[in-house]
Amino acid sequence: MTYILGIESSCDETAAAIVKDGSIVISNKIATQIAQHAEFGGVVPELAAREHLKNIDIVVNSALKEANLSLTEISAISVTNGPGLMPALLVGINYAKGLAIAKNLPLIGVNHFFGHIYSAFLDNELHILQDAENFPMLALVVSGGHSSLLLIEKDGTAKVIGATIDDAAGEALDKAAKLLDLGYPGGPIIERLSAQGDKKKYQFPRPLTGAGGKAVSKENRYNFSFSGIKTALLYHAKDLKLANDGENLSETEKLDTVASYQEAVIDVLDKKLFLAVKDFKAKSVVLCGGVACNNILRQRISKSAIKHKVRAYLAEKKYCTDNAAMIAGLGFHYLHKKELSDWQLDAYSRLPQISKVPFI
Amino acid sequence: MTKNINDFLIFSNSKNFNYKTVNYSFESNSEADTELFAQTLAQILPLGTVITLDGDLGAGKTVFSRGFARGLNITEPISSPTFTIVQEYKLENYSKRSAWFFHLDLYRIDGYHAALAFGIEEFLNEPSAFTLIEWPVRIKELLKNNFLSIKITHINENSRLIILKFIDS
Repeated sequence: MTYILGIESSCDETAAAIVKDGSIVISNKIATQIAQHAEFGGVVPELAAREHLKNIDIVVNSALKEANLSLTEISAISVTNGPGLMPALLVGINYAKGLAIAKNLPLIGVNHFFGHIYSAFLDNELHILQDAENFPMLALVVSGGHSSLLLIEKDGTAKVIGATIDDAAGEALDKAAKLLDLGYPGGPIIERLSAQGDKKKYQFPRPLTGAGGKAVSKENRYNFSFSGIKTALLYHAKDLKLANDGENLSETEKLDTVASYQEAVIDVLDKKLFLAVKDFKAKSVVLCGGVACNNILRQRISKSAIKHKVRAYLAEKKYCTDNAAMIAGLGFHYLHKKELSDWQLDAYSRLPQISKVPFI
Repeated sequence: MTKNINDFLIFSNSKNFNYKTVNYSFESNSEADTELFAQTLAQILPLGTVITLDGDLGAGKTVFSRGFARGLNITEPISSPTFTIVQEYKLENYSKRSAWFFHLDLYRIDGYHAALAFGIEEFLNEPSAFTLIEWPVRIKELLKNNFLSIKITHINENSRLIILKFIDS
């Protein structure tokens, strides 16, 4: 039995988890700050390093306690070393180094992005990953900070084939909620309200999909752009207000707006992912990242996967937002391949265009 | 008569232009105008300049940032730093030593104490970087002088008033 302690501190969340044999999540702790954010409408009160420093020892101990394990029973420490916020990443890395040195444990640096992709395989049978029938695999990583498409080949080569050229999908949802005064975090609120609205009532643009009759350049074929859609919402709300003689949007108008807006965002994600599936003859798709919590998006991707005859691996909702279980799970494969980090392990802020995943 | 992008281009090319004393406003009539303005600005400012960028949602901050980066010959996508707070871009062949473009968005930072804890000073005092800051109001206590302020405001759906002013004590 191999127990790995995972540590994650790449952005807002300080998290620690214990995962057994790369798949079974024994404990998964997140020092969530959502409650604090709400007061500030999305503003982080004490962002980054200081907050992580305050939380890290607490979450690690709590993860160990819940797993009923002591550090002597841990096989390795796996820590996110990028991409992310440098000061935040360094808190996790330095803590992990200290612990690894003190307890004489192997140290493993893990890519946060690959962690998200791996989250779709937690609590799952690991032989899925050895199944050649799943490759090439296309992963859609969607969150507040990212909207990226990664192509993973049978040999483990992972290439970023598309990314947002401005705002991320989650950011588009958050900012829309702010613009319409709906609260924070925007994603879940928009999803809840959309259920009561008519998603076909208003037409929002589908940027970079060619839907508006505008040709998409070759370099943007798999890229996303969500900045313009947010501006379109701004003018849509202004127009409605004007038509209402200056009165704010009615409840029905608001619900229909939210539903139509969410539909546009989901439509773009779905279209781009399956355009890539077709182009690269992918055999499976992975949906992960915070926005993957959205049920409408999950249903849409599942449906399209059936239509395109590819397998769909959707990260469980509890592993979609930033967590350390995905870091601990992925660490198992590095340990298995004896690809360990040394004490020089450093943080990096940007995702490399091409790298290698360890789990194949 | 209201000045437009062409007036700005002529002005920026003239002997009268000195970024340390600039106080200029003009009307941008399209996204392309705003992008060209930013691109031109990036080419005439010296390394080490701190630029603040104010504008409402949809005013064109994304377009400005992209144009500014293009002016520095950055070809990769300029993704939003709202969640990541900062995006760092290395400038290739800009000068003999290494040079950077730091793109910050302080929207999620609640005041200058949090900004200091985050390490904002490294970005404000970096002689080998262009530092572009969105939501500078979050750190107004730290930003007293020696920076170029850009303000973009809506006139109508396509047009924006752009004001650039060097703030010197």
